[in-house]
Amino acid sequence: MLNIVWPIFIIISFIYAIFSGNLEKLNFSIFESTETAINLSLTMLGTMCLWNGIIEIAMNTALIDKLNKILKPIINFLFPEVKDNREITSEISMNMIANILGLGNAATPLGLKAMKSMQKCNTKKDTLSNSMLMLIVINTASIQLIPTTVIAIRTSLGSENPTAIVLPVWIATILAAIAGITATKFLIKMNGRNK
Amino acid sequence: MNVLNYISNLAMPSIILLIVIYALKERKKAFDIFLDGAKEGIQIVFNIFPTLIGLFLAVGALRSSGILDMIINVVEPFLNIVHFPSEIMPLAMLRPISGSSSIAIATDIMKNFGVDSNIGLIAATIMGSTETTLYTIAVYSSSVKIKKTRGVLGAALIADIVGIITSVVIWTTFLN
Repeated sequence: MLNIVWPIFIIISFIYAIFSGNLEKLNFSIFESTETAINLSLTMLGTMCLWNGIIEIAMNTALIDKLNKILKPIINFLFPEVKDNREITSEISMNMIANILGLGNAATPLGLKAMKSMQKCNTKKDTLSNSMLMLIVINTASIQLIPTTVIAIRTSLGSENPTAIVLPVWIATILAAIAGITATKFLIKMNGRNK
Repeated sequence: MNVLNYISNLAMPSIILLIVIYALKERKKAFDIFLDGAKEGIQIVFNIFPTLIGLFLAVGALRSSGILDMIINVVEPFLNIVHFPSEIMPLAMLRPISGSSSIAIATDIMKNFGVDSNIGLIAATIMGSTETTLYTIAVYSSSVKIKKTRGVLGAALIADIVGIITSVVIWTTFLN
């Protein structure tokens, strides 16, 4: 996907910048992009190691079995191919919990851990498996109980009721997730590959 | 508000606490296990880093070249026909590609139109109910060195569009 999208993004913006006289801004943003990537990676390195460590502990206790039991029906429906793999389902459970609690920093390392395990039993190593598709779509839908970042922004701007958006966010995010899951299930059926 | 804040602040520490207590109860070597897991985290970031550089270059170019603004201007008349508030459009278009700039734009919208105005509330709801799709897909795929993504972008964008439309409909139709 990025092999096509990425060059297109660059080509059209570079050409447009020349004609619109935004070359100076473009130059600035090219250098800024490396800086942004470094900053994000450094932040990520910390949270990634922290949560991978914490989760490794959880995976070694009975806690993860309890969690799995609760989420089992949902995971069976969404990830039929890997439902018998305890390691993967545990990682998916933790990723879902982190998402629901609004812990974006924790959700990403957990999701990536699940991707790594899924890759081990992926038959085509250069292509996303069905379970990987579903995991990615669920993570882009970002189902969360408390949208902490937005509430913080609204508070800082002096809103009379910063949490007024919570219920609408729930409705929008649930509908978005249902749409995403349906589209993914359809996608899997359409190009019906095995795992 | 204070209660919600308190619950939010409680979430992360209580998860860590619960896990550590369990490890102690089951007499596991908690710290050794932690170190094993943490080491794995380094490798994951290492794999993602080149993707991030490439992605930020492209997204930065889209924004700074002004082409994004141009596209917004072009589609604006069509949006007016379906009563989609055009003030929201920059956010709706940037939300899937860039997390940091969509936060900046959403904050800007809330400030300009009023944080408790309809437009401000829509912007906040969109931010809360959608994710930075392109970034998520790139990071997840590149972490396991996968190149063929089988149309996952389409499925994820459908979810985003539904989330954005729902956010608009809720505030303009039901809560007005």
